[in-house]
Amino acid sequence: MKKLLIGLAAALAVTVSVPAAFAQDKTKACFLYIGSKTDGGWTQAHDIGRQMVDTELGDKVETVFVENVPEGPDAERAIERLARSGCAIIFTTSFGFMDQTVAVAAKFPDVKFEHATGYKTAPNLAVYNSRFYEGRYIQGQIAAKMSKVGVAGYIASFPIPEVVMGINAFVLGAQTVNPDFKLKVVWANTWFDAGKEADAAKVLIDQGVDIITQHTDSTGPMQVAAERGIMAFGQASDMIAAGPKTQLTAIVDTWGPYYVKRIKAVMDGSWKSENIWDGLKDGILTMAPYTNMPDDVKAMAMETEAKIKSGELKPFTGPIMKQDGTEWLKAGESADDGVLSGLNFYVAGVDDKLPQ
Amino acid sequence: MGMFESILLTIATAATPLLIAAIGELVVERSGVLNLGVEGMMVIGAVCGFVAAALTGSPWIGVVAGILAGAAFSLLFAFLTLSIATNQVATGLSLTLLGLGLSSMIGESFVGSAGVKMPSLYIPYLSDLPLVGRLIFGQDPFFYMSLALVAGVAWFLFRSRTGLTLRAIGDSHTSAHALGIPVIRYRYLAVLFGGACAGLAGAQLSLVYTPQWVENMTAGRGWIALALVVFASWRPLRVLAGAYLFGAVTIGQLHAQALGLGIPSQLLSALPYLATIVVLVLISRNRRLTIMNTPASLGRAFVPER
Repeated sequence: MKKLLIGLAAALAVTVSVPAAFAQDKTKACFLYIGSKTDGGWTQAHDIGRQMVDTELGDKVETVFVENVPEGPDAERAIERLARSGCAIIFTTSFGFMDQTVAVAAKFPDVKFEHATGYKTAPNLAVYNSRFYEGRYIQGQIAAKMSKVGVAGYIASFPIPEVVMGINAFVLGAQTVNPDFKLKVVWANTWFDAGKEADAAKVLIDQGVDIITQHTDSTGPMQVAAERGIMAFGQASDMIAAGPKTQLTAIVDTWGPYYVKRIKAVMDGSWKSENIWDGLKDGILTMAPYTNMPDDVKAMAMETEAKIKSGELKPFTGPIMKQDGTEWLKAGESADDGVLSGLNFYVAGVDDKLPQ
Repeated sequence: MGMFESILLTIATAATPLLIAAIGELVVERSGVLNLGVEGMMVIGAVCGFVAAALTGSPWIGVVAGILAGAAFSLLFAFLTLSIATNQVATGLSLTLLGLGLSSMIGESFVGSAGVKMPSLYIPYLSDLPLVGRLIFGQDPFFYMSLALVAGVAWFLFRSRTGLTLRAIGDSHTSAHALGIPVIRYRYLAVLFGGACAGLAGAQLSLVYTPQWVENMTAGRGWIALALVVFASWRPLRVLAGAYLFGAVTIGQLHAQALGLGIPSQLLSALPYLATIVVLVLISRNRRLTIMNTPASLGRAFVPER
């Protein structure tokens, strides 16, 4: 079905793009999604960004998206079809689209490519990412305040630096409140399987954690937590509907302003290949309202958020010990972006062995 | 509720949809038809069950809708493969693709809307018994339906005359036809039963497992159900054992991770599948037994000579 749609779209695009003068009136901006645009998490956040492009730029732009594209060879075909169909800029929105995006970008030097959360660039390929870990640091602090047993459960997807970074930031945040705070990690080895994610949440709760946080994309864990009266954090989108009495806050990915800015740059010819890593201060990442917590915890969270925005607080600042007991960062020393984007070890306090 | 009890409950919830879908497919395959569209019928059952329950507020209407939707969807497969004798493998695969696409379309406006959860059984005193109370007397209706289905199918296939006829058709449709047995009619009913079971299994996902609708929420469970039928060498009680073994390994590996035992999580995640392969290898070592249980006409199109 999906492939058929892509094929149809490509066929249509070929016929439409023949009268070139007409086609140039609008800039075509294309998006490749790993999940469904209504997944309630990661992909939905990107699609809300795309809709913002439609509202802000109106007639000047035409946006196209292809959803449910699996990582791997299928992705390369889908990207190439988009490139052939006259897209001026293509956003590929999953880490696993990296090599496919690089390959297609090399074949279409006139098309601009932007790959989310990756690290490989080219003259016509930019990468963009969000400092999700800033939000997770705040969540860690909240968790340590709210937890009675001092142990939180973390449902993780794949052991890539972005996820490891989030786990570490959460623990570091929690330790500023409770130095003995512990974190149990369960790897679901999937980004999106509501049932499996829910199982992981049940297992963690059965093992005694009283806070659940997730780096997978469905609302399954949030729902289990709500059912059992356990506090939880949402991921990528505000998941308050799934846990009205139990969601503490959520990291909300806010890609819209970034997409508008970059598409405008394509229109006026100022687009350059860059390596962009924005955070809370740039608005690419926002926190869902702090709910279901006492006022003092809320005040603490808001203060931390303000400090991160002003640059006064950097979550990865020493002294920080690695899990194996050796020193990573000396007092006052901050990790640079290069080290962070290749992070492959835990800090002290994580009750798990990192899969390598 | 103790941890042990809670683990068993989680396993039961994980095993139930696999069991229901697999027991339905077992009947289909015993009649000699291979329907690879379990995943598609399951996801259609999930979305229709969810939508009906959300619109009416009644999970039971959701159950009925899931069953009917699964059966109706399997009718398409039955018509194509039985009435006009298309290739069963190709038709089954397209049924899965169509089901996934169609379900996203039906469910689009229901993503993220509040679900209706099927309540668990509660019998005063009995459900509160220590250790076994919740396990035996306090689960959701799907759990009891799955066990009833296993018992019913086991009786039907091996203790009833109609079941014997069905198995005979699965072994040799030409001989059955020569004896005057209405092969196509039997197979239609078997496929419909399989579809109804897959639909029921789907409804379990959207009404009990995670009471919500998200696209592709079956996440490959239909395929696991298909594998379970082969794993069980087409025997109902072995399907029961297989589904619970799979559920236990799935949940067990999550527990091992959360305990921080230091076993690589990729290995743990692969365990349920590794266990399946090991059992398959062990079973297929006895060739005579395998041949005896495999429906000989499985997957072959039947065109009656006139």
